[in-house]
Amino acid sequence: MKDIVPDLKVEQIKRLAASGGRLDGRGLDQFRDIEIQRDVLGSAEGSARIKLGKTELIVGIKVGMGQPYSNKPDHGMLATSVELKPIAHHSFDQNITKPMSIEISRVVDRGIRESGMIDLKSLCLESGRKCWMVNLDIMVLNFDGNLIDASTIGSLVALSGTTVPASLFDLGEDFPLPIGNMPISTTFVKIGEHILIDPTGTEEAVADARLTITTDASGDMRAMQKGLSGALYYEDVTKAIEHSIKTGKNIREIIQRRD
Amino acid sequence: MTSQETTSNERVFVLPGDILGDDSFRSGSGTYSKDGSIHASQAGILNINRDFINVMPISSKYNPKFGDSVIGMIIDHGPSSWMVDIGCPYTAMMHTNDVQWNVKFGETGKYLKPGDAILSRVSNVNEVKKIQITMKDHGLRKLENGILVKIPQPKVPRIIGKGGSMISMLKQKTQTKMFVGQNGMVWIEGENENMQAVSQAIQIIIDRAHVSGLTEYVEKYLDNQDISSQDIGNTGD
Amino acid sequence: MDDIQLIDKKGKRKDSRGPEDLRPIKIEAGVLDNADGSAYIEWGKNKIIVGVYGPREMHQKHLQRPDKAIVQVSYSMASFSVDERKKPGQGRREHEISKIIAEALERSIISDQYPRTSIDVYIEVLEASAGTRCAGVTAASVAIADAGIPMIGMVASCAAGKINGQVVLDLDKLEDNIGDADLPVGYIPKTEEVVLLQMDGHFTPEEFDKAFVLARGACIQIQELQKEALVKKYSQEPEENGTDDNGENKDDMAEGGVLQ
Repeated sequence: MKDIVPDLKVEQIKRLAASGGRLDGRGLDQFRDIEIQRDVLGSAEGSARIKLGKTELIVGIKVGMGQPYSNKPDHGMLATSVELKPIAHHSFDQNITKPMSIEISRVVDRGIRESGMIDLKSLCLESGRKCWMVNLDIMVLNFDGNLIDASTIGSLVALSGTTVPASLFDLGEDFPLPIGNMPISTTFVKIGEHILIDPTGTEEAVADARLTITTDASGDMRAMQKGLSGALYYEDVTKAIEHSIKTGKNIREIIQRRD
Repeated sequence: MTSQETTSNERVFVLPGDILGDDSFRSGSGTYSKDGSIHASQAGILNINRDFINVMPISSKYNPKFGDSVIGMIIDHGPSSWMVDIGCPYTAMMHTNDVQWNVKFGETGKYLKPGDAILSRVSNVNEVKKIQITMKDHGLRKLENGILVKIPQPKVPRIIGKGGSMISMLKQKTQTKMFVGQNGMVWIEGENENMQAVSQAIQIIIDRAHVSGLTEYVEKYLDNQDISSQDIGNTGD
Repeated sequence: MDDIQLIDKKGKRKDSRGPEDLRPIKIEAGVLDNADGSAYIEWGKNKIIVGVYGPREMHQKHLQRPDKAIVQVSYSMASFSVDERKKPGQGRREHEISKIIAEALERSIISDQYPRTSIDVYIEVLEASAGTRCAGVTAASVAIADAGIPMIGMVASCAAGKINGQVVLDLDKLEDNIGDADLPVGYIPKTEEVVLLQMDGHFTPEEFDKAFVLARGACIQIQELQKEALVKKYSQEPEENGTDDNGENKDDMAEGGVLQ
């Protein structure tokens, strides 16, 4: 965030990157370890707790009743929000983090929506009047970079274990949320001339530019987002896409693996 | 529990408020005295040393004292002073009188800017914990090269070792320059792979502080590393 | 007031607890990487995580105290912590609870060692099922100890209440919803000080006495769980063997930066 990274550390990061290394010992195209806990909350219709390296967050899904958006009268609704609260990092203050949390929630939402992962049409009960409303809330507990990917992974895990509480509304039996194609986001940062996947907090703080690419199971792109004030070259983007498709596959397997 | 029972090597874990002994003892760190008894003020391990009762806390922040050598990072500057992060609850101040350069009013940024790291010394801590530091002393300077490693402050004595044995060994084995600030910041300068080796050795020291003969252990570790100490020219101290 | 039988003739409650039994409690210390101190508590179905930052210099100068640290608490409920989704952001209830918890914790902290600073305690309720303020204070005190912040003693907290006219310990959600009274108590067992006390419902003076003594006894029990959590965290830390510190201040152990 607003943290100042010592110049000596910035130089060290650049020096390491030049020889393909990073502060935490990873290679430039290596994702951090992902730890997944499913169904961690009894009060939510779906939930997950995720660790991506030292970044940690909890996702809770509440499914309720709503009225379809007027421009999509035959669709159920999805609302995604990310909370970056001061518990997660000493520099987090909700006035500062608000734009960041809105951007993250919109990028996560876009991937899920554009991939058609949730069959929203099947969640409409009465055209223009009544539908299921899926509230996806992400609470960050510990920040160490790459919130977009951590949030996406957490959301997918939580959504894939979500039950629609139909019986609560006298609408028949509860059923699992209809889930299909999983969009996986992978985020890169550019530091100097180097492209690093899955940046830590320190790497994000010294990065010039950031790029998120969301791919689906067939390896096609479903959402992208460039961030930070630095620039990218076309070659950076194509290189990132290549890595995104490869890494996305691995992450998709990790999410779908049931222990 | 009384203090008499704890003279053995057994580790006694205490909670804040626990009575540790009577006032025949003196209240050391992590304790307070009240109503003729000495109580723990921190959670940790009881440590009785002669007539002092201490608690070695599970964690603690650096508490700056006059004369401490610290590594700081500039976070801001005014016309005649710099604000410096020294890893304690307070931001330290360094006045232009306290540096080796002749800094004109308003030109502090020409000498040190946010992100720069410095070797400094705590020159004053007042009753409301306003902290001043200085660079006007032998060897104090801006750090131009090398890497910084942050360690938990209570581990500082481990990295230094008895009579400086650990740090001397590290420097000699890896042909690096090193400085351990009392605030838990460590600066290392040398060949890339050697700096890497030292930071790994430091991690071992932090993780295995309980191994007896730690210095020898770390020495062996470094011997097994592929350190290019042979082909270095003049990077030692 | 109610027809529902929350406790049977043998004194057995709906979840098969006796009148003086606590729900299962599990506490973990040091669960978050960035916070200076942290703790996680599961108490019945309640799940709460607490992070503490500080002492750290207060940037809002007008809130600074020249003689001590101030304790700021933010208690908040996640939108997914309750059956019906809660809108994000703190409501009046959360503000009130934050305030009384801050005051309870402030008493326990030796704050004059850190003038001009704040100690910021973030209590995030992930799942709520009656008794979140007691669970929150209990976990917060562990997180403060985990941060190494000096205290006169740790705060433990528990409620007692009344169901079907009978005084019982630690109301669960159903009992809280339709019971007759609730009495959350925050207590520092080491100093025997009461630092949090609220009540709603209806108690005779005799019932109050009984409920209070019950809650206070539970706090003493809960303090043991707090200690276990901290011991467990400490035992994962490497052991510090014999060191050179002879003096009153541990910092003297450091021989100073070695500069050559």
